[in-house]
Amino acid sequence: MGELHVKERDIVVPGEVLATGMDFLPAGGAYRDKELIIASQVGLIAVSGRLVKVVALNWKYLPKKGDTVIGQVVEITQNNWFVDIGYMNDAAISLKEGTIEYIPRGADLSQYYNYGDYVVASVCNMSRLLDLTMKGPGLRKLTGGRIIKINPAKVPRIIGKEGSMITMIKQATDCKIIAGQNGYVWMSGLDPEKERVAVEAIRLIERKAHIQGLTEEVKSFMEKELGVKNDIQ
Amino acid sequence: MTYNKRSDGRKFDELRPIKAEVGVIPRAEGSARFQIGKTVAVAAVYGPRPLFPKFLKNNERGVLRCYYNMLSFSGSGERVRPGPSRRSKEIGLVTEKALAPALDLTAFPGSTIDVFIELVQTDAGTRCAGITAAAMALADAGFPMKDLVSAIAVGRIDDKIVIDVDKSEEDYEGGMADISIAMMPRTGQVTMLQMDGYLKRDELREVLKTAQKACAEIYKNQKEAFEARYTK
Repeated sequence: MGELHVKERDIVVPGEVLATGMDFLPAGGAYRDKELIIASQVGLIAVSGRLVKVVALNWKYLPKKGDTVIGQVVEITQNNWFVDIGYMNDAAISLKEGTIEYIPRGADLSQYYNYGDYVVASVCNMSRLLDLTMKGPGLRKLTGGRIIKINPAKVPRIIGKEGSMITMIKQATDCKIIAGQNGYVWMSGLDPEKERVAVEAIRLIERKAHIQGLTEEVKSFMEKELGVKNDIQ
Repeated sequence: MTYNKRSDGRKFDELRPIKAEVGVIPRAEGSARFQIGKTVAVAAVYGPRPLFPKFLKNNERGVLRCYYNMLSFSGSGERVRPGPSRRSKEIGLVTEKALAPALDLTAFPGSTIDVFIELVQTDAGTRCAGITAAAMALADAGFPMKDLVSAIAVGRIDDKIVIDVDKSEEDYEGGMADISIAMMPRTGQVTMLQMDGYLKRDELREVLKTAQKACAEIYKNQKEAFEARYTK
């Protein structure tokens, strides 16, 4: 029972009826109104079983608990660091959540993270205030390398299914890459030329996230730029 | 004396040619250009961002601020004096009320979403073109919306109901009724309804019916703008 009105990879806009019937479940940029499933964002359709998902093509980053984000320290007070993660307000890292080491009261916080430093942190509280923690695997201050800012909606595509896309780029360019859910991406490589190729590859994905066959296109782009045949995966 | 032929030869229920585009202002979170006949509206959306002055802040929900402006060279070429006027402030207010029902502002408490609408060229139907462009710009920015908002100006000239009035019809000698309508096309829910002039009750019913058909067509154009942007 029920009828699907769209197919895989269709582009939909808010207000479009995607499916009729209680069998279907909305996901991503879709919602239910009585027995209709309707799009709420501009995006591409992805159907899996009864799930009708709209993968939004553009969104403003909204922090969620557990998100890994990259941000820049913009303010330091007695008990907090304030970090800009591209959200409306700056996020706060409290003394307690700054590091697993013990920080005595009255200590100079800039000794740990200074103005302008970039850090990888995790969102631990998203109520009235935005709180981050640095206590967790892989969370640390970032040194060296460079930061690029991409559309947060494209981060899942950059990472790929089970990390396949980002792993492919890392291996081909010998770069360390961390992609924050907020669209800030850190990359660091020993060879500046390879680092540049990694940046271009990510920009390519950002531009063409909605096109099929992207993995192949990125692979051949990197092969051409690096001049070697990489047989990854 | 009855209105028999439209100045540009259109049928009574025919819209002027439409051209819709999104992503025209890359620096904005979302943007769109909507052209109907000679009326051209460009909308840019910024936010959500912190709202100052603080007394305007609402800690339960975000605030939507809409600015409407006609460029100095839009219109007949008589320089439009710059700066907000009573008219543009009112249009900003009705635009905000026309768009807010489509958005979920509780997702952004304490913030503002700023919508700027500029009329580059005007030939009547400007607030409607502005609202139509603004709805596309909000969707372009990725804000979850119940539906897009489409708007159209309908006229009653003598005893005829005409869709999408242009300036010459707005200035019709015998006087006319000029009705601006904005609605969410899927459900037909009206979010703006303004009128200049006089109308009989059953004429209003006919106006709303024709407006709904026109808005469905405008919605198609809005959707095509997004399809064009993302099929490259």
